[in-house]
Amino acid sequence: MIEIEDVTKIYEGTAVVDRVTLTIQPHTICAVVGTSGSGKTTLVRMINKLVEPSSGAIRIDGVDIAGIPAFQLRRRIGYAIQGLGLFPHRTVGQNIATVPKLLGWNRGRIRDRVEELLDLFGLDPEEFRDRMPHELSGGQQQRVGVARALAAGPNILLMDEPFGALDPLIRAKAQEDLLTIQRRFGTTIMLVTHDMNEAIHLGDTIAVMDKGRLLQAAPPRTIIADPATPFVAELIGTAERPFRLLSLARVSDHAEPGQATGEPIDADRSLRDAYAELLWSGRAAAPVRRNGDIVGRISLDQLARLAARPR
Amino acid sequence: MKVGSIFRLLALVLLIALLLRPETFAGLFALFAGPRQPPIYNQGSLLELTLNHLAIVGAAILASTLVAVGLGVLVTRPIGAEFLPLSRALAQVGQTFPPVAVLAIAVPVLGFGTAPTFVALFLYGLLPIFENTLAGLTNLPPKVTDAAKGMGMTGWQRLLSVDLPLALPVILAGVRLSTVISLGTATIGSTVAARTLGEVIIAGLLSANTAFVLQGGLIVGLLAVLIHDGFSALERLVLARNGQAGAAAG
Amino acid sequence: MSVVRTAKAAGRPNWLVFDKLGVLIGVIAAAGVMLPFALFRANRIVAGEGRGLAEALPSVVSAVLIGALVIGFMGALFRVAPSVKLVAGVLALIGLAISIGWSARYLTPPEDTLARVSPAGGFWLLVLAFALLVADALIRLRPGPWLRITALVTVGVAVALLLWSGTWDDLSILREYANRAPAFWQEARAHLVLAFGSVAMAAFVGVPIGVLCHKLQAFRTVVLNGLNIVQTIPSIALFGLLIAPLAWVAANVPGAAALGISGIGTAPAMVALFAYSLLPLVSNTVVGLQAVPASAVDAAKGMGMSGSQRFFGIELPLAFPVILTGIRIVLVQNIGLATIAALIGGGGFGVFVFQGIGQTAMDLVLLGTVPTVALSFAAAVVLDALVELSSVRRRR
Repeated sequence: MIEIEDVTKIYEGTAVVDRVTLTIQPHTICAVVGTSGSGKTTLVRMINKLVEPSSGAIRIDGVDIAGIPAFQLRRRIGYAIQGLGLFPHRTVGQNIATVPKLLGWNRGRIRDRVEELLDLFGLDPEEFRDRMPHELSGGQQQRVGVARALAAGPNILLMDEPFGALDPLIRAKAQEDLLTIQRRFGTTIMLVTHDMNEAIHLGDTIAVMDKGRLLQAAPPRTIIADPATPFVAELIGTAERPFRLLSLARVSDHAEPGQATGEPIDADRSLRDAYAELLWSGRAAAPVRRNGDIVGRISLDQLARLAARPR
Repeated sequence: MKVGSIFRLLALVLLIALLLRPETFAGLFALFAGPRQPPIYNQGSLLELTLNHLAIVGAAILASTLVAVGLGVLVTRPIGAEFLPLSRALAQVGQTFPPVAVLAIAVPVLGFGTAPTFVALFLYGLLPIFENTLAGLTNLPPKVTDAAKGMGMTGWQRLLSVDLPLALPVILAGVRLSTVISLGTATIGSTVAARTLGEVIIAGLLSANTAFVLQGGLIVGLLAVLIHDGFSALERLVLARNGQAGAAAG
Repeated sequence: MSVVRTAKAAGRPNWLVFDKLGVLIGVIAAAGVMLPFALFRANRIVAGEGRGLAEALPSVVSAVLIGALVIGFMGALFRVAPSVKLVAGVLALIGLAISIGWSARYLTPPEDTLARVSPAGGFWLLVLAFALLVADALIRLRPGPWLRITALVTVGVAVALLLWSGTWDDLSILREYANRAPAFWQEARAHLVLAFGSVAMAAFVGVPIGVLCHKLQAFRTVVLNGLNIVQTIPSIALFGLLIAPLAWVAANVPGAAALGISGIGTAPAMVALFAYSLLPLVSNTVVGLQAVPASAVDAAKGMGMSGSQRFFGIELPLAFPVILTGIRIVLVQNIGLATIAALIGGGGFGVFVFQGIGQTAMDLVLLGTVPTVALSFAAAVVLDALVELSSVRRRR
């Protein structure tokens, strides 16, 4: 658990982070959203002491980080940034091994861990371990960056625009990978992004920041349905609200009994995908398929109900 | 660079032949010597002078590199940060000092011989290396240093395993620059009686024997070209290895 | 606004925190005070005996000087505004400049024309300490190009005043000058002609070659590699090697000798300096032209500018600051290299340097080195300012 309590950071007289209080529950993803200059990056950099707060306290699992030497704290916290900051003069394997080496793991353990992580991210260890970062594609580099951040099995992972430099297709894949890994390891993730779609897709909690202030921190559904300020509403985009709401749920959660004709829709797709499919094929309803079996149907009427503002 | 490597190989062969068997070239150099003048330097061994020349330059550059990189590291750490702007300016201003002036001022203090030459080469060699060390250590990719910090490397660990390796090509370029300048400046050391290849050139100037001047100049020139190329190749190797190819050169 | 954890030195006023550089300057200055201030010699060749600050000056003067040094030292040690540091450092330097001349007058026995007094290690260390202070203050003040040139001119005028007033007349370096005044100005002219003449010639030839290299890829490799090799030939050798061909030219080309071309003297020196200048000029011209944004050239093309309009209207002005930087490099380099010309009878300040080395007369060496260093320093300041001015205008 990360507890941020009344934290302020002042640079040259201006508060870039202004009295922020926020608690991030263990094993969840908190997406910090805001425009550039909102203080979101500074807030995250205070968790691993890359920035010292001017006032306030930050606790990790109940322990105030002010008392922990910065380098020790950082070795316990994964850190991945946009553009990744991979060490260009070290191989992929050496990059991933950075923190385990700092922690003094023995060589066998480091080698096993590097192999495990490369496997996990779909990079063949034999092929990639001894490559240099500049020989990799952008998407591969991004995976190595996250693998490096996770190398020592940290409980907490800080990510600053980790997918910012990727093109949309690779980006979507990277987001799915992150969700898979987060579920597998139960890592608590704090992720900075300026992209509301990404925040809604990944975040269990969304924290919206503007001009150093935390405007609202709540689950996506609440943020969409009840934006705390006009700024939050604007960030979500009023025209986008119903569709964003639909994107939060899966077809399987709302399939109803009944028949429908035409091409079936997979149960693990989002409601938004289902809505688009129905509009496009000109049908009022479509069958829902799970593991090859038709388990019910999903209809336009029902989707329209689900897209309305929750009361 | 196929043609280039052939030229380099030829230069190396020429240099070795000139040092080991100078008499082979007597016919060629006789074209430049006056009648009854010896075509090949006869007041000492060319090989010995060359080795001495290289030893003075090598020792001076080694000392300059150690001191300049040490100082460069110091002023880029928080503890020495106050000195950074001043030392940067001093390194630039210092390079407007002509090497001869440094040499001339060192003589009265240190007497004649190798010592003033060594000191002048050392002092003059400091500046390009120091300047390049600063350039290398202050222009590191911020993402990479941020990541290193964020992963919990201590100051020393960052310096040794990230900062210095990444700054290495730029530092090497500084060492190369200093070495090439020093190879030439060391010849002037012979005006204050240092045993370098300058002896050959000056003997030629004094006796109006162009053959001597040509020999001395040719050997120093070949040394400079080969050492320059060696360093350049090393820099390219490090750059390629670091994946910084094309980032910094020249 | 919420509570801010204040800086560590909470109790003390800000200016009372010691400046690290100030401590270093203090150490250097303290060493300077301990060491001999002036060096007395019965004549110009014999070994000198050092005179400490107290014996080198009348007691009143040394008290005033120590006062000026203390002011400078305080300015260095405490965290006061850079402008205050600048004034303190300049005061200390003025005190030093006046008192070294005073010391020479004080130490020289009346009517003794053989005795020599020169600045000793202590004096140089003190000058170094406060020059560091002034330099640091100047850097912190970030003066613009015009201000830097003004400061340079001010220093030049101050030195000229000191020389004109006779304050330094009893210093050994000026005794050497007095013995050689006509020769000094003649060599000064020779030095300037060599340095500036060779750079002017090189600019005239090098920039067009650079333009050609920019346009023709094949030409570029050959020219730059060739010039690179020229740079590696040691200066003495290049000077020496040009003697023979120029002697041949003088003897065989009609009219060449009448133009002043001969085997020894100015001609080979000029040609050598010219050859050394070409590489920086050509390569800077190429680099400058290559750095011109392709989009700007493209836009000019799109607006229907002809090739020469594009070149003179867009490419050359944009590349100009880089070309000027090349001129700065070679000018500073040639002012220094011109000293070597003395070895082949080319004249210049090197004459005094090598004569001095030959006679182990430090004063004579300094008579050659000080103007050379001053000249190259001034050239660097002025040209750096010009480069900045030309690139500032470009950015607007």
